[in-house]
Amino acid sequence: MTGGRLDAHVVVRRRGDFTLDARVHAEPGEVVAVMGPSGAGKSTLLGAISGLVSLSEGRVRIGERDVASAGRSAAGSRVNVRPALRGAVLLGQDARLFPHMSARENVAFGPRARGVSRKVALGEADDWLWRVGLPGMGEHRPAELSGGQQQRVAVARALATSPQLLLLDEPLTALDPETAGEVRAMLHEQLTTTHATALIVTHDAVDAAALASRLIFIEQGTISQSGPVASVLAAPATTFAAAVSGVNRILGVAHRGCWWARGVSPDVLIAAADADSQAVAAREGAALAAVFRPGVVRLERAAESSWTGALRIAEARAAEQGTEQSEPGSWLARIVRIERTPGGARVHTADPAVAVDVPADAVASLGLAPGTPVRLRVAPTDVRLLPVSETRGS
Amino acid sequence: MSRARETGGTLPPVLALPAVVGLALLVLPLTALIARVQWDSLWADITSPQALDALWLSFFTGILATALCVILGVPLALVIARAGPRTSAVMRVLVTVPLVLPPMVGGVALLFLFGRNGWLGMLLDEWFGMTLPFTTAAVVLAQAFVALPFLVLALEGSIRTSGVDYERTAATLGAGRWRILWRVTLPLAAPGLIAGIILSFARAVGEFGATALFAGNAPGVTQTMPLAIYTAFNGGGVDQGTAVALSLLLLVTAIAVLLLVRGWRVGAAR
Repeated sequence: MTGGRLDAHVVVRRRGDFTLDARVHAEPGEVVAVMGPSGAGKSTLLGAISGLVSLSEGRVRIGERDVASAGRSAAGSRVNVRPALRGAVLLGQDARLFPHMSARENVAFGPRARGVSRKVALGEADDWLWRVGLPGMGEHRPAELSGGQQQRVAVARALATSPQLLLLDEPLTALDPETAGEVRAMLHEQLTTTHATALIVTHDAVDAAALASRLIFIEQGTISQSGPVASVLAAPATTFAAAVSGVNRILGVAHRGCWWARGVSPDVLIAAADADSQAVAAREGAALAAVFRPGVVRLERAAESSWTGALRIAEARAAEQGTEQSEPGSWLARIVRIERTPGGARVHTADPAVAVDVPADAVASLGLAPGTPVRLRVAPTDVRLLPVSETRGS
Repeated sequence: MSRARETGGTLPPVLALPAVVGLALLVLPLTALIARVQWDSLWADITSPQALDALWLSFFTGILATALCVILGVPLALVIARAGPRTSAVMRVLVTVPLVLPPMVGGVALLFLFGRNGWLGMLLDEWFGMTLPFTTAAVVLAQAFVALPFLVLALEGSIRTSGVDYERTAATLGAGRWRILWRVTLPLAAPGLIAGIILSFARAVGEFGATALFAGNAPGVTQTMPLAIYTAFNGGGVDQGTAVALSLLLLVTAIAVLLLVRGWRVGAAR
């Protein structure tokens, strides 16, 4: 079984101002992850492709067939194939197993609908249950299965229809982290061995990295960034993408070959070492974003422990040296929030908004608390500077 | 009771009295009925020709009326459950009217529609030479008229509760509309359907008012159990021992229905 090609241009207008306008493409056997904030239109995109939501404009092509086209398309004719005939299976956060059927009857439902005889369909169902890690569980009712087991049955049920396209809408969100990890591994194995074409909506960058080869970010109804998962996560184009990727992304302008923004005091300059970044920063005054991971930022107490004192020293130094002399990659920052993380703490600072990962012992020895003045340092080799093309709200 | 209020008794003791009276009002008459049953002649009473006629007729017409309710009521419930909110509200009110209407009024209304001078009655007479009122078919129609709302409302509620998500899932798995209806929608609504069938059968068997006006009281043709009981106490052809026996039978049927419906509700909650 190999999946079909997906080629879709989905435009859905809804009451209010919301418009989803996204072009999505997946090669046969390719897994594409879709991420975006709530209400960005991810589920609407899957709904439009599966046929549960009708298009305002655009078209959807699954395999070699146009399954939907609407509005002012070149072909002119309006197509709207029923969900049952599209060859796309939608699997959501809730497994939605039919409660009145056993697990194997659930899995056999798709093949039965295709006209396969009951005996053969149930035999196939047993195979699929074995493949998703539930051998011998076929006779159980959905209510007797755990959340993870239900989701496994749902995956088996979806794959048993030999879909041209698998649409997964946050399939792991409802599961606890451990179960999610197991189901993710199973999903990865099944997507790989069946060469299914899949579109997976997720809020977790780990899902995208583990399951997909390409990643699309949708924000406010449009695609804000797309590309291979690794490169998108390494160079997030928006604040949301940066938050998902777990990196700092702060906006500024190019100045003296560095990233520049007005900080608390004095101005903040950040330099980058790689050639691409330096080329971006060479255009004086161009809008750009500095991207670096929270783990690469070094944090130390400011010279003066009180905030007013620290500010005075910084201002005195700035007056002495002049703003032009500000040291790149080092600035005074104010702690606004401290969060516990498994390895210690994440310190959030303001102006510019930068997160810093600090080991647990450092939190204690440095005596960090909200309001504490600190000095942050980041090495040029750890920073990438990216051009900011659009003036996006985020 | 008034003294209890004056002495400042708390609310629950005061309420206990009307509560007991209320319960007695419901239970005592039934006890009195059971007390009047002549147990030694019970079997003979039930198997007397008049009683057997009424029993058989009630059973037969009740089954037919319930079948009619299923054939018409299931599609109606499906349409109401899946219609837009405004349409379904209007339809639900229309379905509920016969439920709260005195059955006598229903009987009169049926007579005006199917009677010799009624809209449909005239057409039936002209085309087929058929007159519906005062036939066994009229009994079935009158019973279906009063029983249909029970089936529709019970099933419609059940369909609406189970929602459209499973149907959508079935559709994306490749199932056509009929397969979804038979394999997903109706099985999921089965508790409501079964409760509806039981309730509408019970209502059909107990029907009196509409039947009396629309179908009459001809022994063996339209005289169902409730009509036989009524006739007996008016000094008609059925003796009172039989009437009491038939009443007991209806009471037992009612209790059985209650237990069945409750059993299914529990099954649905599981």
